[in-house]
Amino acid sequence: MTGKTLYDKIWDAHLVQQDADGTGLLYIDRHLVHEVTSPQAFEGLRMAGRQVRAPEKTIAVPDHNVPTTEGRDKVIENEDSRIQVEALDKNAREFGINYYPVSDIRQGIVHIVGPEQGWTLPGMTVVCGDSHTATHGAFGALAHGIGTSEVEHVLATQTLIQSKSKNMKVEITGKLAPGVTAKDITLSVIGKTGTAGGTGYVIEYCGEAIRALSMEGRMTVCNMAIEGGARAGLIAPDETTFEYVKGRPHAPKGAQWEAAMEWWKTLYSDDDAHWDKVVTIRGEDIAPVVTWGTSPEDVLPITDVVPDPAAFKGGKVEAAKRALDYMGLKAGTPLKEIKIDTVFIGSCTNGRIEDLRAAAAILKGKKIKDGMRAMVVPGSGLVRAQAEEEGLADIFKEAGFEWRLAGCSMCLAMNPDQLAPGERCAATSNRNFEGRQGKGGRTHLMSPAMAAAAAITGHLTDVREMM
Amino acid sequence: MDKFESFSGIAAPMPLVNIDTDMIIPKQFLKTIKRSGLGVNLFAEMRYLDDGSENPDFVLNNPAYRNAEIIVAGDNFGCGSSREHAPWAIKDFGIKCVISTSFADIFFNNCFKNGILPITLPEEQVEVLMRDAEKGANARLDIDLENQTVTTSEGESFHFEVDPFRKHCLLEGLDDIGLTMEKAAAIDSFESQAAQARPWV
Ligand code: SF4
Repeated sequence: MTGKTLYDKIWDAHLVQQDADGTGLLYIDRHLVHEVTSPQAFEGLRMAGRQVRAPEKTIAVPDHNVPTTEGRDKVIENEDSRIQVEALDKNAREFGINYYPVSDIRQGIVHIVGPEQGWTLPGMTVVCGDSHTATHGAFGALAHGIGTSEVEHVLATQTLIQSKSKNMKVEITGKLAPGVTAKDITLSVIGKTGTAGGTGYVIEYCGEAIRALSMEGRMTVCNMAIEGGARAGLIAPDETTFEYVKGRPHAPKGAQWEAAMEWWKTLYSDDDAHWDKVVTIRGEDIAPVVTWGTSPEDVLPITDVVPDPAAFKGGKVEAAKRALDYMGLKAGTPLKEIKIDTVFIGSCTNGRIEDLRAAAAILKGKKIKDGMRAMVVPGSGLVRAQAEEEGLADIFKEAGFEWRLAGCSMCLAMNPDQLAPGERCAATSNRNFEGRQGKGGRTHLMSPAMAAAAAITGHLTDVREMM
Repeated sequence: MDKFESFSGIAAPMPLVNIDTDMIIPKQFLKTIKRSGLGVNLFAEMRYLDDGSENPDFVLNNPAYRNAEIIVAGDNFGCGSSREHAPWAIKDFGIKCVISTSFADIFFNNCFKNGILPITLPEEQVEVLMRDAEKGANARLDIDLENQTVTTSEGESFHFEVDPFRKHCLLEGLDDIGLTMEKAAAIDSFESQAAQARPWV
């Protein structure tokens, strides 16, 4: 008998029932809910006269379209946003689920709040009506995004109908060079596999360079598994994980902690497990990267130049032409010469304390370029408070950054933080699609340190030159 | 959910790869708390000009394709966010079937939950269908879910694969939640076992 992968183990431990055709009914341990993809699901429950089956395992927080400016707990100006946030307030109350309203310091981006509060634990199944649920895979939890119909399904039954994915191993060997971060790992993997390279798979990230990452870094890596097309990303739990989880408000305590640890320590892929696909990248070969186009796979080392669309194959030739046109770039231009107007540091990819520390380290004692618009949106109220305590907020403010309240903000520009047409942004978020940060807005994805460097120089910059 | 019947319909060609959910339904239309009425905003940023008027170059504004019920698209259709507003908008516009070489996972799942049939076919076959679709309103594709075939206006027929359970649900118009609730006993017993094995959850 061959061994099992970590994914196999978690799958097996949550399988309620398997049908003859291979579809499984999977039990869900944690269901995270936000204001944009849930109203129709709650409405569906009401219309069918159904209850939330496990309100104690359901956690709601508004994040996607809340303003990140002061005063938002009093009034949200935009009417549609207000209606959605009010609907979540009401649904959370009526169905008795755990809730962190905007007035609560623990409020923040759902994928940052879950781990921070200890809701996310190793070996769990975690779902949310948001594709970046993959973030929670950093704990060795099987976590993926679902649509609103599935949100309703999980609310009503605490289960999800799933067919099993294939197993893919992404190994990052060796050590990262200075200036190279988790964001560079995850973007480089997508650059190598393409945005559809992971379709049909659950990815497990492993190797020395992954082991060396903090939990924050691991969350950054898993966060973008979905951008590579995978259903979920996983990293086997280890001491770093247990250390992070221990003592969190909803983490087990005492004898339960011991019992949990016993199981958690079995959560790894067996040596003889079967992999359907394996990708290996040398940590030493990864450089600080930026995206040049309108898909996260359009990524290159900062030392490179804007590519020539003719160099691609098939449908990608047209897509690359269209991307350069949209981005207002010419083939052959050195990436470092691309001027930017705006810097956005935040999102569930890079809105945690370590990310803010990395950006602040570059910004310390410096000023952003004249005319630059720059903002930091911490991932949660607690990250914000900690950054203030550590003096990071002052560094950002003195450099000329706006210091915001927690939320998704300019990651998807559903709140008032948007790019104007043609405005070019260095962003630490995860998507550079057309119009993602505002209609006509141009997004370059990169790590927090790279974004900070660009804020100072006014163009895309190799952070290694500033270290 | 309505039953998915076999039909013959106009197919709109969209030979673009990576058509993402932000293109299908831009985020400014996600602030609704309803499922219906999103069809007018389908592909909004490509479909309308800055002044709000229709972009004559966009396929669905071409008189031949205004009543399209099928989209034939390039690789990796529906990538990006999990927003179910994407299939809601597609459905509300009147599209019942999307054909591509590959689909993003979440979008693919969401289609079935909304009575839309996503069909995956090899590149050569999608190309044939794309060329057929480019002929306009007189060239209709036949979609037969029962027999799992797509047939071009010239009578060339391709077989496609579909998960048997999903096919059954589409054909019968079954609602997943109702089906799963019939398994309540199994969920109850799993839950009590899990409470023993992993009491900290
Ligand atoms: S920060 Fe961006 S990617 Fe993350 S949950 Fe919010 S909108 Fe989605």
